[in-house]
Amino acid sequence: MSNTTTETPPPPAGHNLAPVAPPTVPAPEDRKGLTKKEIAADHPTWCPGCGDFSVLALYFKLIEKRKIWHEKVTTVAGIGCSSRFPYFVQAHGVHYIHGRALPFASGISLSRPDLHVFVFGGDGDAFSIGGNHFNHTARKNIKLTYCVMDNWVYGLTKKQTSPTSPLGFKSKTDQWGAVDYPINPMKQAIAAGATFVARTTHTNPNHVLQMMEAAMDHDGFSFIECLSECVEFYEGAFDSSNPRKGGVFNLVPPNHDVTDETAAYQLAGEDFPGRFGIFYKVNKPTKNAKEAEINQTMMDKFKGLKDWQILQKNFDRMK
Amino acid sequence: MAQFSARSGRGVSPSHGGRNLKEFFMSDSSVVAQANGGAPKISKIAEAVIRIAGNSQDGIQAIGGFLARLAGRSEQEVMTFMTIPSTISGGPSIFQVRIGSGEVLSSGDEADVLLAFYQHSYEGHLNSLRKGGIVLYDSDHVTANPEWQKNYHHIGIPISSLTVEAIGGTAKDKGKNIYSLGLIAKMFDLNIPKLEKLVTERFTGKDQSIVKNALAAFHAGYAHSLGGVLETFKFVDSQNKSGSQVVMNGNEALGYGLIAAGVRFGAGYPITPWSDIMELLRRELPKYGGSFIQTEDEIAAISMAIGGSYAGRVAVTGSSGPGISLKTEALGWAVMAEMPLIIVDVQRGGPSTGMPTSIEQSDLNIACFGSHGDAPRVVIAPADVEDCFYTAIEAVNIARKYSVPVFIITDQGIATRIEAFREPNLEKICQDIGPDFLPVAEHKPYDLSKPDGITQHLPPGTRIGSGKYPIVTGLEHDELGHPTGSPKLHMQMMTKRRKKLQALATTLPTPKVYGPPEGNILLVGWGSTQGPIKEAVDRSRAAGDSVSSLHIKHLNPLPPGLAEIFSGFNHILVVEMNDEGLYGFGQLGSLLRSRYCDPKIRGLTKTDGLTFKVKEILERAKANVAASLRKL
Repeated sequence: MSNTTTETPPPPAGHNLAPVAPPTVPAPEDRKGLTKKEIAADHPTWCPGCGDFSVLALYFKLIEKRKIWHEKVTTVAGIGCSSRFPYFVQAHGVHYIHGRALPFASGISLSRPDLHVFVFGGDGDAFSIGGNHFNHTARKNIKLTYCVMDNWVYGLTKKQTSPTSPLGFKSKTDQWGAVDYPINPMKQAIAAGATFVARTTHTNPNHVLQMMEAAMDHDGFSFIECLSECVEFYEGAFDSSNPRKGGVFNLVPPNHDVTDETAAYQLAGEDFPGRFGIFYKVNKPTKNAKEAEINQTMMDKFKGLKDWQILQKNFDRMK
Repeated sequence: MAQFSARSGRGVSPSHGGRNLKEFFMSDSSVVAQANGGAPKISKIAEAVIRIAGNSQDGIQAIGGFLARLAGRSEQEVMTFMTIPSTISGGPSIFQVRIGSGEVLSSGDEADVLLAFYQHSYEGHLNSLRKGGIVLYDSDHVTANPEWQKNYHHIGIPISSLTVEAIGGTAKDKGKNIYSLGLIAKMFDLNIPKLEKLVTERFTGKDQSIVKNALAAFHAGYAHSLGGVLETFKFVDSQNKSGSQVVMNGNEALGYGLIAAGVRFGAGYPITPWSDIMELLRRELPKYGGSFIQTEDEIAAISMAIGGSYAGRVAVTGSSGPGISLKTEALGWAVMAEMPLIIVDVQRGGPSTGMPTSIEQSDLNIACFGSHGDAPRVVIAPADVEDCFYTAIEAVNIARKYSVPVFIITDQGIATRIEAFREPNLEKICQDIGPDFLPVAEHKPYDLSKPDGITQHLPPGTRIGSGKYPIVTGLEHDELGHPTGSPKLHMQMMTKRRKKLQALATTLPTPKVYGPPEGNILLVGWGSTQGPIKEAVDRSRAAGDSVSSLHIKHLNPLPPGLAEIFSGFNHILVVEMNDEGLYGFGQLGSLLRSRYCDPKIRGLTKTDGLTFKVKEILERAKANVAASLRKL
């Protein structure tokens, strides 16, 4: 199911949450795509210079370019600086609890095939408190896009060590420098079974948009690690990936086979600043599709029966 | 047979006078010949309690299940009680069935018949048998104690070897449960065609030889002479002519209730004794186009369920004690964001891993208060198996109407006990609660101008004309869901979340007093203790004591009218299966004391992990009242 059109049909009758009345949406030609002004909600509360601004701007751009309407997109986040995201987007949105945005978003995705579900969060949300959910959402291949704005530090709580802080990083919880080995988000995602794994950085807007589009079009769990600098608590963390700061922005080699898990793992192992682009992308049936298939098989057995009549069959056996 | 029916104190009167059981049985089971050489005499009885004791792999639940289902099909009332070991495989286990032609309120304090498969079953459970009761034992494994033979009628039958003889050498231990069912069928003159049908239904779908063997074992048991028995029994016709009954346990009733209520999405993580409900929903929901998702942990389960509710239709999650603890942060979010949700808590012995297969009612506090901050939610406790079905529907409707998380708390006792109840009219009851996505002009999810303060969310997919879209959040928020630090808004929103439950409270029915509305003692209970409490009232009133009872189903918020009821009694004893706490009151007791400031309210609690016996309630109540009078 490629999402090249913005108009995904309402859920088919009986599939998961079958609506009582189908959504009445005007034909596509009657509605123009949204303008940036129509997509923007609250003014972001991030510090001036924060990398997250750029990610937000490109999300707007994605919605604009792909002509997604307000009601067709749901933005979900956990807790952290980056997780303020949904407040800034004029669409149905959820600001959930720390680390648990993925299962919440999965609940939406599994019951509403008609929506684009985007989850935004930070490295703490994804790899520390929500680490378990990251692994399981990836392995189940639940259709949604997860964009982790990785800044290598806890920003909202003012500079504590994060699961991606490099060794030696001096924070308020490691005043002598971080001693715990950091998580490699790309390796983590590949190993967990994510079917789309990409890496980008906020300093290259075109590349961010490219990755977002590819992620959105992927039928499955799509993960983007987007480096997003925290100017307040980890200034200069990603300079070596930014040509304007004297660094290098190296794309994934053109001959890289995105379906080759070992090659993807090798790319993920390169020293910082490493590579940017799609490391890994395979097509595997999603959990959404598998559940829908189970439903279809079961529903075929009870074709033509009303809900109460299906239940009655159970009750008849308990007499 | 007076002893069987007189205990009930109501309903069917015994068909003949107080003959001693000894007249029915000869004490020596080895005597096979019938005294008069003819068929044994048949005595009419109104009810019987049968306890089956063996190991958990013996299929003793199956015997109990067959008996319960037979009772259901014969318009009789039935209630079961079982214990299962928390070991992975094996270990002593019991199943008790009480069948009656009148009203059956509890699974019975004492058994009339004990079926014992092993020495440990015999020795461990003889004390649960009424004096003069019958112990039917497998003489291949049990050596009878001559001392005990004076007080109990012993019938030894080599059940194991006779089963092997009946169905062939490979049978080993398999099938002896069905053989025993045949013995019981003979003793109680049960309806053989109905039992044959049940046995056949149960094993249909498996290998044909299994059905054949099961029926062979059943018939062999039925044909075996109950050595020395001069008389067998027959249940009098049931007074219940209300139509067809269904037989199921509490977990099944709750699961099917949720489906009838229109729930089509949920998520959970396995934990005993909640898992049955989860398995049922996983199996059944796809038939209706729904899904139940097994998640990686309890937190993901509640989060995914809330996500499902947000997506448009009330969803369910559930667990037992330890899992509920893990869910409480997300629960706080659901209260804050005012999201409808059903949380099932099948309580077990706690804290921590505690006694996972024992009965306790110690999660009332976490259900009412668990989470951080002030997080009002609804808590409802069904009182019996039938009530599980209807409570599920009520809970879903409250969750929808008030946009609030609703706890359904049951316990291990109600979850696994089997009861027969009148078949619900599903055509009338089943509801469709699917979302609608009709566009609206504008929408404020947390509109403060609504007098009742009730939020109604619009699911994503709904187009809003104003172009202003709602955010649902755990931060304190304004009317559109955007975060605010305003002290005024925090107070207003806090009031909004509280007021809607106060509005709900005014609509709740005042529970009815069982027995006279005024008197000396009022026994107050909640959840699965309803049966034994009512039976305690019946027995004490029959003995001339002034005792009534009140069962509270809506625990948070409490229904109106309780203070007026309490004012009619001298002693209010709150009967519950939890600890008396630091200050001498159980969890509901504490709640009622803090709510009504009534010093007459006292606790009658226990934590032995077993259902309340009627006798226990009566003795404890008497002692409690006597002690309080001494203090005066």
